[in-house]
Amino acid sequence: MFATLDQIFVLFKQWLVGLLPAGLQPVAGVLLCVVVIIGLFPGLFALTVLLERKGLARIQNRIGPNRAGPFGLLQPIADAIKSLTKEDIVPLSADGTVHFLAPLVLVVAVFMGFAVLPMGRNMVLVDMDASLLFFFAVGASTELSVFMAGWSSRNKYSLLGAMRAVAQMISYEVPLLMSSVAVVMMTGSLSLVKIVEAQNHYTWGLPHWYIFTPWGFAGFVMFAIAATAETNRSPFDLPEGESELVAGYFTEYSGFKFALFFLGEYLGMFSISGLGTTLFLGGWSAPFAFLGWVPSWIWFFGKLMLSICVFIWVRGTLPRLRQDQLMNFAWKFVLPMTLLNLFVAGLWRFLGDGWQRWVVCSAILVLAYVIVGRVEMRRQHVGPRSYRYAE
Amino acid sequence: MNIPFYLIAALTVLGGSAAVLLKNTVHCALALTIAFAGLAVLFLQLDAQFAGFAQILVYIGAVAILVVFAILLTRGSETPKDGVFSHTWLAGLAVAAAVFSVLGWAVLQSVPGLPYTPAAAPIVTVNDIGKALMGRYVLPLEIVAVLLTAALIGAVIVAMHEKEGTK
Repeated sequence: MFATLDQIFVLFKQWLVGLLPAGLQPVAGVLLCVVVIIGLFPGLFALTVLLERKGLARIQNRIGPNRAGPFGLLQPIADAIKSLTKEDIVPLSADGTVHFLAPLVLVVAVFMGFAVLPMGRNMVLVDMDASLLFFFAVGASTELSVFMAGWSSRNKYSLLGAMRAVAQMISYEVPLLMSSVAVVMMTGSLSLVKIVEAQNHYTWGLPHWYIFTPWGFAGFVMFAIAATAETNRSPFDLPEGESELVAGYFTEYSGFKFALFFLGEYLGMFSISGLGTTLFLGGWSAPFAFLGWVPSWIWFFGKLMLSICVFIWVRGTLPRLRQDQLMNFAWKFVLPMTLLNLFVAGLWRFLGDGWQRWVVCSAILVLAYVIVGRVEMRRQHVGPRSYRYAE
Repeated sequence: MNIPFYLIAALTVLGGSAAVLLKNTVHCALALTIAFAGLAVLFLQLDAQFAGFAQILVYIGAVAILVVFAILLTRGSETPKDGVFSHTWLAGLAVAAAVFSVLGWAVLQSVPGLPYTPAAAPIVTVNDIGKALMGRYVLPLEIVAVLLTAALIGAVIVAMHEKEGTK
């Protein structure tokens, strides 16, 4: 019963594909999965936008959207109709072709990342040998679309936003990759399916997720920071800081193209959360051995939504960084820590089982955190802010 | 070979020629990206996953960005009125054609010389590449790493402002 429920989508797909002639079956199977991914995540996007607006409103002591439908639940539909019916304005001096292509490139590149995420037991579209590499490769091509959008708009705010976005994404891509490399080192595989399987073991009913090891915890924190920056979310939302740059690289976009950018941003958040879940939080595996009967896809999407909630929480809590703070943080703190984490992961592997490796690895990481943090903070002159022109 | 190969090859060649023929420098850089992507897909079609993804990651994710940054930071992306083509394009074309014909001749001559044995394509996984890089080829890898680090430090020193008054 529970095994069937666990595999219900896989069985349903097999049944549906089985209705077709044998020659068409492989193509139809892939197409069906693609359609499900393309349908599911925008649906989740609508839900998340509502959740974010409501949650942010709660954090900021407001009410939030409450007019469309009961408790404002129909707000996403209203938003969708609004963005579909708005006029699509292209600035006269804009570069038409590139301006048109930029949102498409973004959404296509972001959707491709979902192809390799294992969303449940046997629920992955492409199980390839180098799926993590694939994920980062398609993720890297979103930078180009951001640049295309900013440059083709012929607007100084757009261009500034694009430059900021690209600089930020390149800077934080290094720690993002480096923190994932530790996981690859421990698993010995770039395949996301194998990474999840390696974490799906239990000792005393507790899971072997990578986050429950010193290097895994440090790696997860670095990964979360880099992922927040990579998706241009607050507190790293400088590229679209509305108080400075109107809307950053998509200032000159309206109507459905604007909606596509918005969609691309949230889909990027989903895919990077899915990757973080897969790498550090055990993917689709249950948090306790006795909960193993719950379908695996519930765990994956539960963890995904949990990380989305953390994203929203962080957005409502932290103020935006300055550009120099952003770069200093990336290159002087996060990158050295991820490099050290690689070393610690190697140490963990070769110290063998036992309590010693817990002590040694944790001590190294905590010491490094304290020392690097102290040295960095001493250079900062924390105190009352002085204004050059405002006083 | 087959239809996908010809489609991808056509796309790559189109992207490459657009990169040299278009007038706007940023358009050229974006067209070059299409050529990079086409090459990556060609690698993937040959089952070379690592080469294909590394091509996307490095060339589209970093080199293309570097190119557009360089264009934007050095001079305006506005096209000059009198075009971007050199006045001596005929000589350039002749040199390019000569180089191409020599290379093509060399390639065409060398094929019959080799004993042709149709062997099954070796299956090289990313795992194998990693093991080879960390085992047999670790010395070349480290030398390349040192070289790149030296280049990086050199670039920083070249770009660094000479501070007046300090030392």
